[in-house]
Amino acid sequence: MSQEASVTAASQKAVEQGRDLHLTGLSKRYPNGFQAVKSLDLVVPSGSFFALLGPSGCGKTTTLRMVAGLEVPTEGSITIGDVDITHEKPYRRPVNTVFQNYALFPHLTITENVEFGLKRKGIKDTTAQVKEMLELTELTGQAAKKPAQLSGGQQQRVALARALINRPELLLLDEPLGALDLKLRRTMQIELKRIQAEVGITFVHVTHDQEEAMTMADTVAVMNKGAIEQMGSPYQLYTNPMTTFVANFLGRSNLIKGKVVGREGFGADEIVKADMYGTTVSIKASRVHTTSKDGWIGIRPEKVIIQPQGTPIDAPGNHLSGAVVVGASYIGVSTEYTLEMPWGQELICFEQNTGRRGGLVKVGTNVDVSWRPEFAFLLDSAQDADAGREDD
Amino acid sequence: MRVARTTDVATLTRRQRTGLWLIAPAAAWLLIFFVIPFYSLLATSLFDPNGSVLTGYKVTWHFANFGHAIAGYWPEIVRSFTYAGIATVLCLLLGYTLAYAIAFKAGRWKTLLLVMVIAPFFTSFLIRTLAWKLILGDDGWLVNTFKTLHLMPQGSRILATPVAVIAGLTYNFLPFMILPLYTSLEKMDPKLLEAAGDLYAKPAQAFFKVTWPLSIPGVVGGVLLTFIPATGDYINASLLGSPNERMVGNVIQSLFTTTGDYAQAGALSVVLLVIIVALVMLYVRRSGSEDLL
Amino acid sequence: MVKIGRWIGAHLVLALGLLVLVYMYIPNIIVALMSFNDSTGAKNLYRFQAFTWTNWTHPCAPTGMCEAVSKSIEIGLIATIGATILGTFAAFGLVRHRFTGRSTMNIVLFLPMATPEIVMGSSLLALFVAAGLGGHLGFWTILAAHIMFCLSFVVVTVKARLAGMDSNMEKAAMDLYANEWQTFWRITFPLVFPGVLSAALLAFSLSFDDFIITNLNSGQTVTFPMYVWGAAQRGVPMQVNVIGTLMFLAALAAVMVGEVGARRRAKLIAAR
Repeated sequence: MSQEASVTAASQKAVEQGRDLHLTGLSKRYPNGFQAVKSLDLVVPSGSFFALLGPSGCGKTTTLRMVAGLEVPTEGSITIGDVDITHEKPYRRPVNTVFQNYALFPHLTITENVEFGLKRKGIKDTTAQVKEMLELTELTGQAAKKPAQLSGGQQQRVALARALINRPELLLLDEPLGALDLKLRRTMQIELKRIQAEVGITFVHVTHDQEEAMTMADTVAVMNKGAIEQMGSPYQLYTNPMTTFVANFLGRSNLIKGKVVGREGFGADEIVKADMYGTTVSIKASRVHTTSKDGWIGIRPEKVIIQPQGTPIDAPGNHLSGAVVVGASYIGVSTEYTLEMPWGQELICFEQNTGRRGGLVKVGTNVDVSWRPEFAFLLDSAQDADAGREDD
Repeated sequence: MRVARTTDVATLTRRQRTGLWLIAPAAAWLLIFFVIPFYSLLATSLFDPNGSVLTGYKVTWHFANFGHAIAGYWPEIVRSFTYAGIATVLCLLLGYTLAYAIAFKAGRWKTLLLVMVIAPFFTSFLIRTLAWKLILGDDGWLVNTFKTLHLMPQGSRILATPVAVIAGLTYNFLPFMILPLYTSLEKMDPKLLEAAGDLYAKPAQAFFKVTWPLSIPGVVGGVLLTFIPATGDYINASLLGSPNERMVGNVIQSLFTTTGDYAQAGALSVVLLVIIVALVMLYVRRSGSEDLL
Repeated sequence: MVKIGRWIGAHLVLALGLLVLVYMYIPNIIVALMSFNDSTGAKNLYRFQAFTWTNWTHPCAPTGMCEAVSKSIEIGLIATIGATILGTFAAFGLVRHRFTGRSTMNIVLFLPMATPEIVMGSSLLALFVAAGLGGHLGFWTILAAHIMFCLSFVVVTVKARLAGMDSNMEKAAMDLYANEWQTFWRITFPLVFPGVLSAALLAFSLSFDDFIITNLNSGQTVTFPMYVWGAAQRGVPMQVNVIGTLMFLAALAAVMVGEVGARRRAKLIAAR
């Protein structure tokens, strides 16, 4: 009985004090030699909505399972506040998990599923808490049913209720929305965000869907091949990616070969000048993530401006001429243009259909290309320009 | 509070040891009462045939026992494999039909039909085989009807003929054929047949090119579970046949209990087993499915 | 008539399949019918003479039959318990744990299902004789043999049930503060229980029904199948058919109780 009591007490203390999750040097190496997680260092602030984002096989689920206690780390430590839980059994951690395929107990009713954790902790009367939780997850009418009688979306909410009711210090979500259709997924994303804000518990959400991560999370850590590529707010990650993987995995990027030719300015105003197939472009120093002479000049497609040759571009920026439109896809909200540049590379341009242009730029048109220098970034040329791409 | 181990090697060994402990009792039982008896059987077959339960047996490496067994009883041996073979083929035809019907055509009655396949099993098979004796009886309804329809010549009978024995074998081993077949067929995605139809296959072609090949593991399992026990059966031969239909099982049984010639009985059992193993290896290798489990 | 004909044409395979099923039940029907047969004074015991209830009202009239039945039940119960326990443990070991010798164990478990009973019976007899138990064949030797061949069927049945269970469920239970013991009793066991139950039922019927192996290793003990075999030479009393029909009904009842029980529980929960 005492361990259940201590788990409850620890949770309550944590929620009051706000204890952060620390992963230090966390590694997982399987007996067959495969290194799933490579020395991870991570701090998840208490009360935040944190996302672990990455393609399948990047180690995000393994990391989550190590925090839950379902996998044993090979090296490193996991602490909540100042309590080391690295070697604790799952049932002794103030951590609960929402599983990918929900793992609802098929032989128990919804009520019995939801109150399962509380009952194990020794709480006799769970009626009030179950009622409250079912209301929170909008499942009030389903209390007596069995999981098989519910829809996918409802099952997902049961899994959430079952975990949340225990008021854990940390709620882990393992790709919980993967099995839902698009519309339902979008609804649930907003729901989860709302619930997290209301309840104030730290959420750690694992997903491979970058839109999902960016919509829901305060902080996102992008993982690839067992290590974190970059961590920050969705805004930071998207606008200022530090590796080609992040640049390609979050949204899309144009990456163009360039050579550093000079620097100008000081401090916050320092800019780096790079030669891009004959044109000199400038990039803010804070957005340069390489120390070598060669690099990938990156610009997001929606920041690329095109105008048919002869029409002036009304934005001061790097000016390139000689491009040809070789593809134009009308997507309703925007049009995606594929541009063939004079040096042979194809770049992508997203243009929002504001209506000002009065129609699409036709395929075959010669266009001038430009972008505002503050949106460009420079990445290490040694990295693979195709890393993290969707069609990879 | 136990200190949990960190290293995976330690966890792995712990899981391994738990696994071994869990299977140990069953493994031990099978070792003592299944594996070791085979050695005893082999030893028995090498007994000096002049011994008996009273005077005790001596393993004299009397390989002549095998020669005597084969020489003396080869008609029964051949007959057993023939009857079992025919019965297996009949079981395959009948069983495949029912298994296919349940797997693909039964809809929500699937579970009920499966239960009905197993249910007759619960009445002692001796009693059921005796019931066949009644049904196939010389003055029974079936025989009389056949005679009226001129399907059978007057003055002939079904009982005490190979037909009765094979019919009995087929009947008794049908469930053993149906269940593996059903398991295998059930796993098949019915959309494959739709795809075949979309690609111009007529129903018969779809069956032979898609369904049948995919059900081979079940067929192999069913054939083995039917043929092998059938070769050693002697109940059907005893109850439904005459001494002309004696099978190897009858011989072994009477050698053990009536004659008390343990050496011969053992030798004959070993011969039976060796032939079965040889046939099975040939069959399994030909149909190419090694994993029956 | 035409409607049936058309139905058959459209559902040829199903119709043929059902015919096979009917074929499998013919003996059962005959057995049930014969249990009402008045066989007194009959020359040919394989003909229906007259209808009577006496077989049902005096089921234990034939000498030795009921003793044989209770002997079979006794052996069956103990063998079932033994085989189910050993087999369930083994199934857990094989499905949930990886260890050297796993595939060997799988093969050794499969073999008894595919070995002719006469060979298994012979080998056991050879073992017992070699061990000096030649004169002590009886209850215990039969029991040992029965547990042996029931094991395989139990393991296969429980394995199938266990393999179909999502292992995340136990992880979820531990995540929700259930320790290993609680997880097993509240989650694993209830979910695997139907498999264990059907394995037990299967084991019992295999044991009760076994003849060939039992006959070779029984000594003076008489089980029900042995009684029937012995009686078959002289003329089987109709009470044997009563027992046969009773067994069939009992098994059906067991299956139905299971079904009804499951449905009743569902109704109770819905009404809560």
